[in-house]
Amino acid sequence: MSDTATPEQTAEIDDQSKRDFLFVTTAAVGAVGTAMAAWPFIDQMNPAADTLALSTTEVDLEPIEVGQSITVVWRGKPVFIRHRSAEEIATANEVSSADLIDPEADSERVQKAQWLIMVGVCTHLGCIPLGNKAGESKGEFGGWFCPCHGSHYDTSGRIRKGPAPTNLPVPEYSFLSESKVKIG
Amino acid sequence: MDTNNMHPVMKWVEHRLPVFSFLDHSLGTQYPTPKNLNYWWNFGSLAGLVLVIMIISGIVLAMHYTPHVDHAFNSVERIMRDVNYGWLIRYIHMNGGSMFFIVVYIHMFRGLYFGSYQAPRELLWIIGVFILLAMMATAFMGYVLPWGQMSFWGATVITNLFSAIPLVGDSIVTLLWGGFSVDNPTLNRFFALHFLMPFVIVGLVVIHIWALHVHGSSNPTGIDVKSEQDTIGFHPYFTTKDLFGMGIFLIFFMFFVFYAPNFFGEPDNYIPADPLVTPAHIVPEWYFLPFYAILRAFTPDYIVYAWTPLAWIMEAKLAGVLAMFASILLLLFMPWLDGSKVRSCSFRPIMAMAFWLFFLNCLVLGYIGGKPAEGIFVTIGQFSTFYYFAHLLVIVPLVSRLERPKPVPDSINASVLKAAE
Repeated sequence: MSDTATPEQTAEIDDQSKRDFLFVTTAAVGAVGTAMAAWPFIDQMNPAADTLALSTTEVDLEPIEVGQSITVVWRGKPVFIRHRSAEEIATANEVSSADLIDPEADSERVQKAQWLIMVGVCTHLGCIPLGNKAGESKGEFGGWFCPCHGSHYDTSGRIRKGPAPTNLPVPEYSFLSESKVKIG
Repeated sequence: MDTNNMHPVMKWVEHRLPVFSFLDHSLGTQYPTPKNLNYWWNFGSLAGLVLVIMIISGIVLAMHYTPHVDHAFNSVERIMRDVNYGWLIRYIHMNGGSMFFIVVYIHMFRGLYFGSYQAPRELLWIIGVFILLAMMATAFMGYVLPWGQMSFWGATVITNLFSAIPLVGDSIVTLLWGGFSVDNPTLNRFFALHFLMPFVIVGLVVIHIWALHVHGSSNPTGIDVKSEQDTIGFHPYFTTKDLFGMGIFLIFFMFFVFYAPNFFGEPDNYIPADPLVTPAHIVPEWYFLPFYAILRAFTPDYIVYAWTPLAWIMEAKLAGVLAMFASILLLLFMPWLDGSKVRSCSFRPIMAMAFWLFFLNCLVLGYIGGKPAEGIFVTIGQFSTFYYFAHLLVIVPLVSRLERPKPVPDSINASVLKAAE
């Protein structure tokens, strides 16, 4: 009998495990409750409904001459549209993927070869690269040059030199007609 | 504290709330302070003074400022032109930011030279590093509020740092912005947080001073207080010395406020923010330049990145961001990186030399951070970045453990008497 627990001892053990159970469940419920209460205070920082509503932009491509670029605003960000010359398209296609930091074929980046449409925000730290206006530096690869930290983009908007990790992103867009495009 | 000689009203208060004896033990005759403190020990109280000036001028500015993208720039211009003494208060606040960093950087370099961070003051030092981080966050958000070109683009560049975080980076940036770019929601929250942070800093400063008062100030010899002969009461000796220092400092501060108010600023910030035009040359405020140089040093062809395992696990951009944060967070480990039994560099000639090289290197990084990222500036910046980390991770641990220090004085009192001979 000596190795059997007395009724008092058994009660004590039961009591202890019951207390542990209550303690753990209470703490768990408390933690989940706190997290649920905290979420609205975090999520309120995300874009509000009115901000999300400004989602698409339509652009008329008719007035853009060959070799010319324009900047349009989409979701508060600039979008570059360049009417590329045959020469620029050829240069973009000649590059072998070994020379690219973020390998991507030119054909994957355009729907129509003459129209290069992409978000004009440097993928390094968000500056607007130069090269869209006449007279601005186009960088060493004839595309765009970010003055903030020296990233060079080629005629396909691909990163070629400098700290930016990826190519200029291509937004979702569709051609509504030959000369009209909807971004977003 | 002898309560018998007190005014009856003070006595009545003291009995219910012992505020007078608390003050006496905090900065009065009953706070024993090493008697050999030199002028480098003035910068703690100066930092406290600037914090108070910043809070007062900041609250006043908030009464006239409008945190909205359409009105922010104009409301600041209205403060400058129309509000009574608005120009003065804004220039005090604007230059006060720079003064705060000058004072705190000197305060920190003093701690590094004299080994103030060593046991038993490790936590005191660590809290100090957190105060620096809180100051940086506050200063960054404050700089956004006038909504000039540098405000906008500085905010864009710095918030984009978080996009380097794998997987969740872009979601975090959207969360910080409250939209798809730096915009009105961003400005609004930065204003709220810029108002909050100084009070967080006040809280940290209270803990900093609490920790300071446990073991008292360190001192230029770096040796411990051994007897009453080594100390004098904080009041009147150091209250007087601190007040004198404040007088000199305020002359320096007000020189800029009145005669060169835009010396530390960027002319581009007087151009209203334009989300479609990046200034040709984005530079942060001068006090961020060394860290900005470290951030920019990490390009895909940087040897420290390309020739090390770093290149296998992360992009150069993320490496730059991590290096920038690491450059500050590493300071937290100074008490353990430095393995010397002697605190002060006065008795560690090799460490003193390493300290001054580190100091110079920080100046070089600051210079490079303000230059465009091209040509020789990139190379120098990359070397200086390497040296910054080499100092903290290699030179300090090795030199502190290998160097045989010169003999230290027997006591603070003995060193003072010897100096007087």
